[in-house]
Amino acid sequence: MTAALAKSTAHSIVEASPRAKAVAGSLVILYAVITILPLLWIVATAFKSQSDAIAYPPKVLFEPTLEGYVNLFTVRTRQTPDFIAKLPPPQTWYDKLVRQRDMVIAGPSKVVPRFINSLIIGFGSTFLAVFLGTLAAYAFSRFRIPLADDLLFFILSTRMMPPVAVAIPIYLMYRQLNLTDTRLGMILLYTAVNVSLAVWLLKGFIDEIPREYEEAALVDGYTRLQALRKVVLPQAVTGIAATAIFCLIFSWNEYAFAVLLTSGEAQTMPPFIPFIIGEGGQDWPAVAAATTLFVVPIVLFTVLLRKHLLRGITFGAVRK
Amino acid sequence: MRTLKWLRSTTASAVLGAAALGVFGGGEAAAEGKQLTLCWAAWDPANALVELGKDFTKQSGIEMKYEFVPWTSYADRFLNELNSHGKLCDLIIGDSQWIGGAAENKWYVKLNDFFDKEKISMDDFVPATVVGYSQWPKNSPNYWALPAMADAVGWTYRKDWFSRPEIQAAFKAKYGRDLAPPKSYDELKQIAEFFQGREIDGKKVYGAYIFTERGSEGITMGVTNVLYNYGFNYDNPKKAYQMQGVVNSADAAKGLEFYKELYKCCTAPGMTNAYMQEGLDAFKSGQVAMQMNWFAFFPGLYKDPNVGGDKIGFFVNPAGPNGHFTQLGGQGISVVATSDHKEDALSYIKWFAQPAVQQKWWQLGGYSALKAVVDAPDFPKSAAFAPQFLESMGIVKDFWAEPSYAQLLLDMQKRVHDYVVADKGTAQQALDLLVKDWTKVFKEQGKEVASQ
Amino acid sequence: MDKMTTILQTDHAAFPGASGPAKSRTTRRVRGLSDRAIAWLFVAPTIALLLAINIFPLLWMIRLSFTSLNLSMSYLPLRFVGLDNFRDILTDEDVWVRLQTTAQFVISSVALQVAIGFGLALLINRQFRGHSFWTTIILLPMMLSPAVVGNFWTLLFQPQIGPFNYLISLFTGLPPSSFSMTGQVSLAPWTIVLVDTWMWAPYVMLICLAGLRSIPDYIYEAAEVDRASSWRQFWSITLPMTVPFLMLAVLFRAIENFKMFDMVNLLTSGGPGSTTELVSITLKRAAFEKWRTGYSSALAIILFVTVFGAANIYVKALNRVKQR
Repeated sequence: MTAALAKSTAHSIVEASPRAKAVAGSLVILYAVITILPLLWIVATAFKSQSDAIAYPPKVLFEPTLEGYVNLFTVRTRQTPDFIAKLPPPQTWYDKLVRQRDMVIAGPSKVVPRFINSLIIGFGSTFLAVFLGTLAAYAFSRFRIPLADDLLFFILSTRMMPPVAVAIPIYLMYRQLNLTDTRLGMILLYTAVNVSLAVWLLKGFIDEIPREYEEAALVDGYTRLQALRKVVLPQAVTGIAATAIFCLIFSWNEYAFAVLLTSGEAQTMPPFIPFIIGEGGQDWPAVAAATTLFVVPIVLFTVLLRKHLLRGITFGAVRK
Repeated sequence: MRTLKWLRSTTASAVLGAAALGVFGGGEAAAEGKQLTLCWAAWDPANALVELGKDFTKQSGIEMKYEFVPWTSYADRFLNELNSHGKLCDLIIGDSQWIGGAAENKWYVKLNDFFDKEKISMDDFVPATVVGYSQWPKNSPNYWALPAMADAVGWTYRKDWFSRPEIQAAFKAKYGRDLAPPKSYDELKQIAEFFQGREIDGKKVYGAYIFTERGSEGITMGVTNVLYNYGFNYDNPKKAYQMQGVVNSADAAKGLEFYKELYKCCTAPGMTNAYMQEGLDAFKSGQVAMQMNWFAFFPGLYKDPNVGGDKIGFFVNPAGPNGHFTQLGGQGISVVATSDHKEDALSYIKWFAQPAVQQKWWQLGGYSALKAVVDAPDFPKSAAFAPQFLESMGIVKDFWAEPSYAQLLLDMQKRVHDYVVADKGTAQQALDLLVKDWTKVFKEQGKEVASQ
Repeated sequence: MDKMTTILQTDHAAFPGASGPAKSRTTRRVRGLSDRAIAWLFVAPTIALLLAINIFPLLWMIRLSFTSLNLSMSYLPLRFVGLDNFRDILTDEDVWVRLQTTAQFVISSVALQVAIGFGLALLINRQFRGHSFWTTIILLPMMLSPAVVGNFWTLLFQPQIGPFNYLISLFTGLPPSSFSMTGQVSLAPWTIVLVDTWMWAPYVMLICLAGLRSIPDYIYEAAEVDRASSWRQFWSITLPMTVPFLMLAVLFRAIENFKMFDMVNLLTSGGPGSTTELVSITLKRAAFEKWRTGYSSALAIILFVTVFGAANIYVKALNRVKQR
C-alpha cells in the first residue's frame, strides 16, 4: 500500500523521483571520490620508491616497486658496492631488491611485534569492555539500581577528560605498580575507557528488548542468568556487534596513551607508524605500507558488520 | 546462539591468553646468555655503532640489543623511560643537555670510580666534549658519561654548482667578489639570495636550508648558530643566572632578526617545521644550494649517489659581527642506574674507550671525541669534512644543561618559532618574553636570579 | 523513595531456601541467585574498574594540583603550594589564547561536519542505486588512526612534493609553492578543521542517517495527502525530527574535538608558532615534556570542570528536546 501511494506521488520524500535520485547519486559519488583521493595517494605511495615518493613535482604515474613493504619489514645497513659484490648471491626476491640500493638486510624490523601488540590489546580490551558492558547494561536496564541516572552520567563523564590529562596520574600509578609498558596495563586502561561507551550503547539496545520474553522464561523456571543467556543475548547480538566495532576502532587507533605509557614491549602500531624513518628522512613508502596494512583489519571488521553500525551509532534509537 | 557461545569461548580464551601474555610476557624475556640493551637516537651514526658493536660481542660474548628512536621523539621517549625508572636500557647515549637532570635525579651511574679503576682519563678527550657531555656540575670533576659522539652544527654546499663558470661569472658580476663558501653570515645571505629562485638543470632551486622545527629542539638548535655570533649569551659570565640585558641585548635581537630575514628571503617553500631529516631530503633532492645540519650526517651525505663525492663541499658555521661559535651537538654514553647489568655495561664502556676502537668508530662514520684520534696528523685528510669538524669543535657553545633544561628549551622553541615563523611581535619582544620565561623557571627551582 | 521500595520488595521476595519458581509477576524470586545479587555482581566489576582507572587517579590528580611536583627534578623537596598553580593558569594570557584556539577549532569543525554530514545523509536517504557501496567508501577515513592521518597529511600538504597544492593549483591557477597549508598563520587553523572534517563528517552522516530512517513513512504520506510541498515537508517534519540526532552528533563531536591531541600534534606540532596549539597539546608539553606534574594536574582539572559543566547543561537541553 505504501509503495502504491508512493508511486502515485512522484515528488514525495518517501520515494524520491528518478531525477532526484540521479542528482543525489552524482553528488554523493563526487564527494566519495574526492574523499577517497588522499587514501588512494597513500596506498599508491606504498608502491613507490623512496625518491619517487618525495619527487617534486609529485608523481602520479610511476614505476611500482615493493620496496616500501620490504623496508617496512626489515632493518637494513648501507654497504659499499665492493662489499656487496663480495657477498654470496641474493637468495630471495627481497634480498635482491635491497641489494640494488647498495644495502643489506640486517634483520627483521619491529613492525610484526607492534602489530601483534595492537591485535592483543585491541581485541583484548574490546572483548573485556563488551563483556563487562553487557553485564552492567543488563543490570541497569532490568533492575532498579540506586542512583542509576547519576551513575550512568558518571560513567559517561569519564570520557570527557582529554587522554593526556588522564595519562598524568595513570603514568604515576603504573610506575608504582610496574604496569608501564605492559600489555596488561594497556588492556586495563583501554577497557576502562571503552566500558563507559559500551554500557551506554548496550543499555540502549537492551532497553529495546521487551521484558515479556524474560518474564516468560522466568515463569517457565529458568534462572535469571539462564534467561539472560538464552533469551536476551541472542536478541542483543546486533547491538553487541555495533558496540564491539566502536570499541575496537578506539582501541585499535589510539595514540595518546600508547605513546605516553608504552615504549619497547607493549608499543602498538599508532605510535610506531609515524616514526618509521629511512636514511635521513621519513621512509614514506614504508609508512604508507604500514598505514595500508594497519587499516585492513578494521575495514574488514566494519564492512562485515556495517549493518549494525547504523543501529549502534544512535544508542539503538533506530527501530528495526 | 551456538555461534555466540563459540565466539565467546574462543574470544574468552584469547583474552585469557592475552592477559597471561601481558602479565608474564610484558616484562623482559629471560635471556639465554648475557645481553645488553643500548638506547640511542635512530640516525646514521647509530647504524655505525651497530657495526662497531659486533667487535664487542666477539670479544666479550655479550650480545648487544639496540633501541633506536627517531630524533623528534628521542627526548620524549627516553626522558619518560628514565623518569619511570624503566628497565629497557642498560646503556644510554643521552643528549648532552640531559646531563644536569640525569646527575641530580641519579638516573646515571657516576663514573669517577670506574674511570680511576680502569685508568680512563678525561684528559684524553677533547675538552669541549668532556665539559659538554660528561660533567655535572659544569667545570667540576664529576663525570656521568664517556664522551661518545662529538658533534656540532656545520654546513654543506653544492660544490658542483659553485664551480660552474656561468654561475661564478654571474655571482662576480653581481657582488664583485668570487663565489666561495661564506666566512660570515652576511656573505652567506648574499650567496643564498643569489641562488634563491635560480634555474639549475631545469629546476628551480633555493638558497639555504635552516632549522625551523617547532616540536622538539629544531629551531633553537638553528637560531643559536646565528645568535651566538651576534653576541647572545645565556647568562652573565660573571654572575650566574643573570639574564636581563644578556639574553635580550640589542645585539641579540639583531641576530634573531637576521635569522628571520634569512628564513623569509632565501629558503625553500613549506619549510615551516623542518629539522634534520627534511634538510637531508631537501639537499639530496637538489632543492637547496646550502644546508645547515649536524656533522653526524656528513659521512652519509658524502656517500650519496646524487649529491655526494665531488659534488658536495663543507664549511664551518660562519662568523657574525660579534663572535664565531657553533652550536654543540653530540652525546656521551652512560650506564643507567636502574639497569640489572651494570657490570656488563661498564665493560662495554671500557671497550669503547680504547683508542683502537675509537679509531674504528671514526672510520665507520661515528665521531670520536678522543684526542688521540682527532689530533692525529693524518686526521684532516681522513675525510672531506674532517678539517671543518676539527675547527668546529674548537668553537662550540652549548645550550643550558640544567635539570630544568627541558622547560628552558621549550620556552625558547615557543618564543623563537612565534617570531620567526608565525610573525608574532618583534625580535626584542620575543627575547624579553624569553627572559621572563626563564626567570620563572629558575625561580621555581629556587635559584637566585639577579636582574642586572 | 520509589527506588527504595522496589528494592525492599525484591529483597523481601528473596527468602532463602525457597525452591521452585514463583508464579506471581510481582515477586521476583527465582531459582539461583537473587536479582539483587545479580545486579550487584553485574555492575560491580565495571564500577570497580572505573573507580580504579578513572576516579582514584582523578583524586590523586586533585591532590597533585596543590603541589609543586616536577618529575624531572624529583630531588627537590615537594612543596604544597595551595592554589598557586590554579592562579598561575587562570592569569596566564597564553592559556586563555589556547582555550580560544581550541574553542574556535571545535566550533568551526563541528559546524562544518554537521553541515556536510547532514547534507550527505539527506542525499543518501534518497536510496539511489549503489548507495550502500558509496556509503562504505565515505566511511573509510573514519577508520584510520588520527595520529597516522595527521602524519601522512603532512606529506600531502607539502608545497613542493605533496599533491594537495598541485591539485589546488590545477583548479585555481595559484602556483603550488605560493602557499603552505600547515605553515601559514592564516591557513593553518583552517587546515586542521579541514582534515578533521575529512575524517569525521562520515560519523555525523551516520547519525543523521539513523535519524532520518527513524522517521516513519506515514508522517510523510499524511503530509502528501495534505499537499505539503517537499520544502515544507523538510522544514516541518524532517528537520524537527532529526534535531535530537543532530544535537547528539554535535555533543559527541564537540567533546571529542575538545580533547583532540594526536591528529593536530602530528600535523602541525601546534604551529606555526602556537596558532594551532590546542589545550591538549599545551597539557602534554607541560606534563610530559616539561614534567611540571603539579601545574599540569591543575590545568587538567580546570579543563575537566569546563567540559563537564558544558556537557551537563547541553545534555539537559538535549533531554528537553527529546521529550518534545
